[in-house]
Amino acid sequence: MLIFELSRPGRKSYAQMPATAASSSGIPDMFLRRDKPLLPECSEMDVVRHYTQLSQKNFSIDTQFYPLGSCTMKYNPRACNTLAMLPQFLARHPHAAAPTGQGFLACMFELQEMLKDVTGMAAVSLTPMAGAQGEFAGVAMMRAYHLARGDAARREILVPDAAHGTNPATAVMCGYTVKEIPTNRDGDVDIEALRAAVGPHTAGLMLTNPSTLGVFERNIAEIAKIVHEAGGLLYYDGANLNAILGRVKPGDMGFDVIHMNLHKTFSTPHGGGGPGAGPVGVSERLTPFMPIPIVHEERGTYRWLSERDRPQSIGRLSAHMGNAGVLMRAYIYARMLGREGMHRVAEYATLNANYLMAELQKAGFDIAYAKRRASHEFIVSMKRLKDETGISAMDVAKRLLDKGFHAPTTYFPLLVPECLLIEPTETESKQTLDAFIAALTEIVQEARTNPDLVKGAPYTTPVRRLDDVKAARELDLTWKPAA
Amino acid sequence: MPFIPHTEDDVREMLASIGVASIDTLFDEIPQALRSGGLTQVPEGLSEMEVTRLMHARAERDGHYSNFIGAGAYEHHIPAAVWQLVSRGEFYSAYTPYQAEASQGTLQLLYEYQTMMASLTGMDVSNASLYDGASGLAEAVLMAVRAHRHSRRILMPKTVHPYYRRTVQAIVSAQNIELVELDYDAETGITTTLPEGDFAALVIPQPNFFGCLEDADTLTDWAHDHGGLAIGLVNPTSLALLKPPGQWGSSGADIATGEGQPLGAPLASGGPYFGFLACKQDFVRQMPGRIIGRTVDLEGKPGFTLTLQAREQHIRRAKATSNICTNQGLLVTAATIYLSLLGPEGLKRVALASHANTQALVAKLTNIPGVTRAFDRPLFHEAVLKLDTPAAGVLHALEAQGILGGFDLMPTYPELGNALLICATETKTEADLQQFADHLARIMGRQQSAPPCPIKPKI
Repeated sequence: MLIFELSRPGRKSYAQMPATAASSSGIPDMFLRRDKPLLPECSEMDVVRHYTQLSQKNFSIDTQFYPLGSCTMKYNPRACNTLAMLPQFLARHPHAAAPTGQGFLACMFELQEMLKDVTGMAAVSLTPMAGAQGEFAGVAMMRAYHLARGDAARREILVPDAAHGTNPATAVMCGYTVKEIPTNRDGDVDIEALRAAVGPHTAGLMLTNPSTLGVFERNIAEIAKIVHEAGGLLYYDGANLNAILGRVKPGDMGFDVIHMNLHKTFSTPHGGGGPGAGPVGVSERLTPFMPIPIVHEERGTYRWLSERDRPQSIGRLSAHMGNAGVLMRAYIYARMLGREGMHRVAEYATLNANYLMAELQKAGFDIAYAKRRASHEFIVSMKRLKDETGISAMDVAKRLLDKGFHAPTTYFPLLVPECLLIEPTETESKQTLDAFIAALTEIVQEARTNPDLVKGAPYTTPVRRLDDVKAARELDLTWKPAA
Repeated sequence: MPFIPHTEDDVREMLASIGVASIDTLFDEIPQALRSGGLTQVPEGLSEMEVTRLMHARAERDGHYSNFIGAGAYEHHIPAAVWQLVSRGEFYSAYTPYQAEASQGTLQLLYEYQTMMASLTGMDVSNASLYDGASGLAEAVLMAVRAHRHSRRILMPKTVHPYYRRTVQAIVSAQNIELVELDYDAETGITTTLPEGDFAALVIPQPNFFGCLEDADTLTDWAHDHGGLAIGLVNPTSLALLKPPGQWGSSGADIATGEGQPLGAPLASGGPYFGFLACKQDFVRQMPGRIIGRTVDLEGKPGFTLTLQAREQHIRRAKATSNICTNQGLLVTAATIYLSLLGPEGLKRVALASHANTQALVAKLTNIPGVTRAFDRPLFHEAVLKLDTPAAGVLHALEAQGILGGFDLMPTYPELGNALLICATETKTEADLQQFADHLARIMGRQQSAPPCPIKPKI
């Protein structure tokens, strides 16, 4: 049932409307709307019941284990939401003068300082609204840096073939061509291929470390040297920062610019797909180009830095200052964890991933990089199962839903056939991991004894497997009332 | 340890299973030289009680103000049910609906949202949202250039929010796109001068940044007659009252975009908000961002799924329509519930009440000697006032009285002189408007009164 089907002409939620309003505006007719927009006409209870019931059709961290690789689906502490939504914070207008928002700005400044420490970078801007926008800001800064030095020949960005799709898409948005660098058999970047690829045309390399293969790039120092000697810059994609939080600082690895995904590492809510927050950190030589606004402190007073303070800035990425409310949640989370808690994040995320990997290997699963330590995530390949039974990674993922678990990331990274990318995060207990192992083991048994059962999954969800081809061929993107 | 459930026994058993002696060993592939020492700028952790006390103190420091600033972010009443529902863990802590069968709640809600936004804007289709209004306009510009194919010139009136223009500049600058600024008419504050030459699209803000209503019908027809597309940049609240982009001119604008914040998102220092993007059916494959489609499951039961994913970065990589990955799911959840609670009548009343309050405020303030309206033009819920004294000083004095008196236009529109952009939404009462007028009158020095007292009211 759609909300529109609950709607009845003339039904109103009176309590939610302004009590008095002129029936007409005096605005000339030529500017006015003549038809009524297709919005539901419902009572408050209709609406509350409808959306409560819809919410119940979702898997979420609060209801299920959600081991979606590369997404860091850890517990979102409730205090972060409650405290970020204190009335004064919510009521603050983005253009209210800085002296009227010193409490808020203090939080933002301290968050900047903590992120500098965590990343080992010289400066941080909180502005980008998501990881992909952070990537954009990072690559745009690299471009601005090269152009400011009169070096316009650098037209190419290098991206390992294991990278997230956002990396090449971002490079193109910044006006670059993209060259992919292959990965060697052990999951590290192919150093010889990198050496052959760099040159005076290289603007930089975008790298995720640990990579999307769930392993730490061991030759990072060598990679940094090769790129820097060629005059390029090194970009750190912070998608997997949770794996090294408080253990390794990207600045120490030689990175010149990084973005962080606060909705991953700093546990702000994923919200059904956003909002995120993608702050960027830079080394000293890139600071003039940082996106504005940036919080500045002088003798205990905070203000925003703007175009006037940073004339070489790549500019603004939003009308205001990015996803402030997400940044507040990250700040509160960081304060609750503190120094010790942050070290523990990487330790226990890594412990959970390696335990899960070890147990699954013992249970007979094929681990993609079995000789390597897992970082905070690892890959299982279902290729052998598919060859033997016809059951694919997708089938296994769907059957997991019936067992009460959200599926891992499937078919990414593209390098490993029939892969499941599994990231348990530090907030899951051993019991949960053991139950997940049992479920996966059961599914493999089902695949061998009753493959049709697995192929038909899921059965317990609000709908069975959906026809994606029909969805794309016969586009139905809006509801239309019956004629 | 906060949010880590492991007991000592758990850790022991897990390490034994892995076959290592300590957690430290698990990091042995990381070169020794890279393993950092401790964090120095991160303080000791706080308990929930301690962090609660800290955040309440910070919130108190920010105080309470009576707000008359709009300029792209608008104070509206948000029904209590909106954020109670949004904060349900099933919405709050879910992710992108990659596993459609386990995400029907989010997916159906997004489909409902697309339906509402398409209808509000008068367009055929809507995506599932972008980051915010400013970056949304940048995406609309890129989309128009892709759809047009022949020109990379975009006509951008100066009556578009100045920060939106800067954002668009920052996002499209590397893609060889020319942004041509169009001046506004000094009397009416609207776009009347249109340039020669090819262009991919004309951006039409309605209402424009000054609150004035542009002649959207004429502009849309002009754009089409000259071989370009028309992008409507609109306030969603206004669309219950004003003609939507899909109905502008003889054939309607091609793309509609804008800031979704007025639909249930709190001001919250600028975010998170969401950008909406809707278009005619012909351009759907040029859209960036997530799109939800209705389909059926293998039993023929209706269901919802992400569709047209071949446009997106996780499939197309370097050839994607945008690098965007997330949308603003949680804010769209708020907007969908907000629109469902208000309905067509409620939204129209919000628009009418905001319009009426701004008109009333303008009347009160322009009664004060030294205060005049800058433009003679119908407005929606904002207006530019000219003062005979610098706006910055006036705003500062108003702040001391607990009033945020508007947006100072001097830094971005110096040609207007001492000008202030004001807004009064439906949240303001007659008493609020009068209080603003009384303080402004006194500050402007036109009434006999004591100088403003720099003490914040305790509310």
